[in-house]
Amino acid sequence: MHIDHVQHGPAVMSADARRPDGARRALRIGLGGPVGSGKTATVAALCRVLREELSLAVVTNDIYTREDAEFLLREAVLPPERIAAVETGACPHTAIRDDISANLEAVEDLEDEVGPLDLILVESGGDNLTATFSRGLVDAQIFVIDVAGGDDIPRKGGPGVTTADLLVVNKTDLAPYVGSDLARMAADAKAQRAELPVVFQSLRGGTGVADVADWVRGRLAAWTA
Amino acid sequence: MARAALLVLADGRFPAGGHAHSGGAEAAVRAGRITGAANLEDFCRGRLHTAGLVAASIAAAAVLGLDPGELDAAADARTPSPALRGAARRLGRQLTRAARATWPSAELDALAGEFPKGAHQPVVLGLTARAAGLGADDAAYCAAYESVSGPATAAVRLLSLDPFDAAGVLARLAGEVDRVVDQAVEAGRRASVDGVDVLPAASGPVLEVSAEAHAAWAVRLFAS
Repeated sequence: MHIDHVQHGPAVMSADARRPDGARRALRIGLGGPVGSGKTATVAALCRVLREELSLAVVTNDIYTREDAEFLLREAVLPPERIAAVETGACPHTAIRDDISANLEAVEDLEDEVGPLDLILVESGGDNLTATFSRGLVDAQIFVIDVAGGDDIPRKGGPGVTTADLLVVNKTDLAPYVGSDLARMAADAKAQRAELPVVFQSLRGGTGVADVADWVRGRLAAWTA
Repeated sequence: MARAALLVLADGRFPAGGHAHSGGAEAAVRAGRITGAANLEDFCRGRLHTAGLVAASIAAAAVLGLDPGELDAAADARTPSPALRGAARRLGRQLTRAARATWPSAELDALAGEFPKGAHQPVVLGLTARAAGLGADDAAYCAAYESVSGPATAAVRLLSLDPFDAAGVLARLAGEVDRVVDQAVEAGRRASVDGVDVLPAASGPVLEVSAEAHAAWAVRLFAS
């Protein structure tokens, strides 16, 4: 019971880079964003691109169902033992930011049961523009918005849009149909985020996901360096 | 250790996973047993004197130095529902993590080693109180209060209940929480002489049965 007490025992605390056996833990990347912006579809697309080259797992945070986990299972983007669902008690942002303990357990259990893992994607339940991940849970975060949610979202900002390590503007194929101005969204995002990267993505058109995957590879290279 | 450590441990925002659990309130709301402040109070009173008393007694006994493994088995024996046992162990594991980060102690490390998937939450709560330099009554207060504050907070979300009404329910139960804590500490003291079998075994059958049904729902807001 003293402050420089040395930690031992089985469980890693939170952001510690090493597992109890001394091995480096997986890189953890969070994906957040409003309901319906395409977080789960982006996770599925990333899994398809990266699963041959990396050992991957996914944690979903559904608000009141297992829909997101079941979508990933149905799409068979990963074997079922590599997908874990966390129940969030009506507060998705609490589970990724204020009280991350259930998510930390899920990532630890995945590493114990299917590890070693290179990368764990932690998908937030759909929330609002203020939802961000704790640095105790993830090493980097992607915020996913879509053009159909209104092309003023980058201008409105908020912690997700302004501080996420990568901003993905999804469903660009819909822009002509919903009257969204992609150039304006790009300019507003640049103004809010300065040098932080932005990817315009259309999963239907097959554009953007390669850039997101490249960004993930870059983070992984930095993590393992 | 500082007395205010009790406030840290008792704070509903202490990051130990409680926010995802309704303490049976979600099932009771669906069944029409909780519809407003009056029957929320009845529900909380029932939970306080059954699950709350048992949890508070186990927590107090853990502070008094009873063997955590024996207390964990005693908690299992007093929790018929497998769903509630699972929830108690998950919450115990989450509290173990939060406690080890907050009040590092060799006892908590040993507990994590013995129960990597989690001991019952009241056992962990007792060892956490020890690590924080708190007493048996402090741990019993946390357990007893949590047994009513969990459902009350959940009812606010589930029923859009006026939050002032929920706070009023908790305030009106405060005297009974005091009495349950006294009973729990006394039970813990007796157990440290006569063993864990003398700990209270009060249970609310409807809580246990409805927890099983709740765990099988396809769509729910809370984990238990």
